[in-house]
Amino acid sequence: MAAFATLTACGAKTSDSTSSSAAGATIDTSGSSVKVGLLNSLSGTMAISEVTVRDSLKLAIDEINAAGGVLGKQIEPVSEDGASDWPTFAEKSQKLISQDHVAAVFGCWTSASRKAVKPVFEKNKSLLFYPVQYEGLEQSPYIFYTGATTNQQIVPGLDYLKAQGKTSLYLVGSDYVFPRTANKIIKAYATANGMKVLGEDYAPLGSTEFSTIVNKVKASGASAVFNTLNGDSNVAFFKEYKSAGLTAAAMPVVSVSIAEEEVKSIGTQYLAGQLTAWNYYQTTPGAANEKFVKAYKAKYGADKPTSDPMEAAYTSVYLWKAMVEKAGSFDVEKVKAAAAAGGITYDAPEGKVTVDGPTQHIFKTARIGKIGTDGLITEVWNSGEPIKPDPYLKGYPWAAGLS
Amino acid sequence: MTVVLSQLFTGISIGAVLLLIALGLSLTFGQMNVINMAHGELIMFGAYTVYVLQKVISGAGISLLVALPVAFVIAGLMGVLIEVLLIRRLYARPLDTLLVTWGVSLILQQAARDVFGAPNVQTRAPELLTGSIHLTDDLVVSSSRLFILVLALTAVGALSVVLKVSPLGRRIRAVVQNRDLASVSGLATGRVDRLTFFIGSGLAGIAGVALTLVGPIGPTMGTNIIVNAFLVVVVGGIGQLKGTVIVAFALGVVQSMVEYTTTVSVASVIVFLVIVAFLQWRPQGLFTLRTRSLA
Repeated sequence: MAAFATLTACGAKTSDSTSSSAAGATIDTSGSSVKVGLLNSLSGTMAISEVTVRDSLKLAIDEINAAGGVLGKQIEPVSEDGASDWPTFAEKSQKLISQDHVAAVFGCWTSASRKAVKPVFEKNKSLLFYPVQYEGLEQSPYIFYTGATTNQQIVPGLDYLKAQGKTSLYLVGSDYVFPRTANKIIKAYATANGMKVLGEDYAPLGSTEFSTIVNKVKASGASAVFNTLNGDSNVAFFKEYKSAGLTAAAMPVVSVSIAEEEVKSIGTQYLAGQLTAWNYYQTTPGAANEKFVKAYKAKYGADKPTSDPMEAAYTSVYLWKAMVEKAGSFDVEKVKAAAAAGGITYDAPEGKVTVDGPTQHIFKTARIGKIGTDGLITEVWNSGEPIKPDPYLKGYPWAAGLS
Repeated sequence: MTVVLSQLFTGISIGAVLLLIALGLSLTFGQMNVINMAHGELIMFGAYTVYVLQKVISGAGISLLVALPVAFVIAGLMGVLIEVLLIRRLYARPLDTLLVTWGVSLILQQAARDVFGAPNVQTRAPELLTGSIHLTDDLVVSSSRLFILVLALTAVGALSVVLKVSPLGRRIRAVVQNRDLASVSGLATGRVDRLTFFIGSGLAGIAGVALTLVGPIGPTMGTNIIVNAFLVVVVGGIGQLKGTVIVAFALGVVQSMVEYTTTVSVASVIVFLVIVAFLQWRPQGLFTLRTRSLA
């Protein structure tokens, strides 16, 4: 077996080291290993979320290496710190591509960081795997999106509220690109579906003063709140929400960026009973997830929860492996061609996922969850089958004119 | 009507938070002319004190009560340490205190990150303070906000008693009004400075305890609030306790009223414009100190 691995490794060496494209992205496949870049914020305000993604990527790489690697080569991760600073992300991605000669880069979290690195990957014709749900309305030939786009998260969230008979909404979000774009989509949906949007408020990122916004929400008498606040602002918002006497039973809040890790830090006394929209929870049933959760806890500690972006990151490494193996090469254009030809699937912790060739997004199952008193989120609804990604919402007549 | 009343209370509660964070600063900046950029980090010390105490004391209510005096002493001693090691050498160069304490604040932030980790942490609020009090059917007042208001008013009361009545207060006022004259009159000005710093920094610790009831605790929480605290002290009139109190509540109420009819960002802009206009009219602030020094 070992001899066979060595043989294929040698084969890959001769076939690949010469096939690098002329346009810049040279991939170093000369040794017995191949490098990949991990680009996450290990410091700064986003570190709380992005460190968990990095840990999850490392877990996937360790597992693949233990099972013999990719095309017989061990994966060697090169981790860089984006430091929650978008220009740094661009700089580090250039370094990973031209200095480390990585075969692909996994990472980024905020839309701002993704927008900053996008031209770098396109110019160098190198690959980025992006693991976080985002606002859609984007497509790049050199990015694979393994988190949800709007029609796999926000739209199902709205469908769920509609099915529950919630006819009026109040929108609360942080003041930057994701919530503003998401709310534009929500308003278009509401108009088309007979729902009313009674108000819309944005707080600066990191803001912790929510008493007035909560007073407004309360006075509006809306039947539900759609929450696109990011990070720590959620702590102050939910404390204020409870203090004002608002409850999940009377006026539920649907959040799209609070996952298990954040629930832990906000405190279940404020969140129990509230709703979230994602594609994966730690409690999602299935053997693949049991294995993932067990392996993650064994590596990083029993008290560490797994979350949607972590799962999407873990899955992205396996999807890359599947593409490379199908292409029989690490060459970026061949890997892309393998994905475009279709049939790249993986039994992910969230269930079976498939790469959609034309959009380079993946088919994902939408899941609405309820936060429990133990800090875990349990599913109350799912879409039944993976939803085809539609980043530009072309399949939704009401979304015409949004992009 | 209910909306106006509940926004009024919101404004007063925002004012109470502002007052608590500005109170210590009105002593160290207002009275002593030291621009202490590390004041926000002293607030952070107070907040982390609650966090640490909750690891030891399981009851959320008891740990909060214990945290108040403990945070006062810890933040106060930290302030004295900064005063003795650095600020003491810079009383003649107030602008340099800004640079030096800015450096201190960065060091303290990094220290907090190393000890407690970069992610923000949470404390448990006592059950009593997570709910709300119904004044009428519609008018609901949050218990934690009420607690902060009482705490702020108590701190103001205690501070003004100390300044007006106690021998220490008389010495502080003497040093503030004319340091040289106080010194040749036999006052140990160095000792007075240290005690003033102890009280001012201790009040920052108390503010930190109160802030744990409102939002998350993190290494950078100080930087987010320090600007507002300076605004309150400057607009109130440097060295003027009553100015600080009035301005804190006034800004809170203006902020909440404008915010209700517009948005958070617009309200912040309007508050800033009001402040700029006010300082054009009265550059010395709401109240001024009559001093016998030549400056």
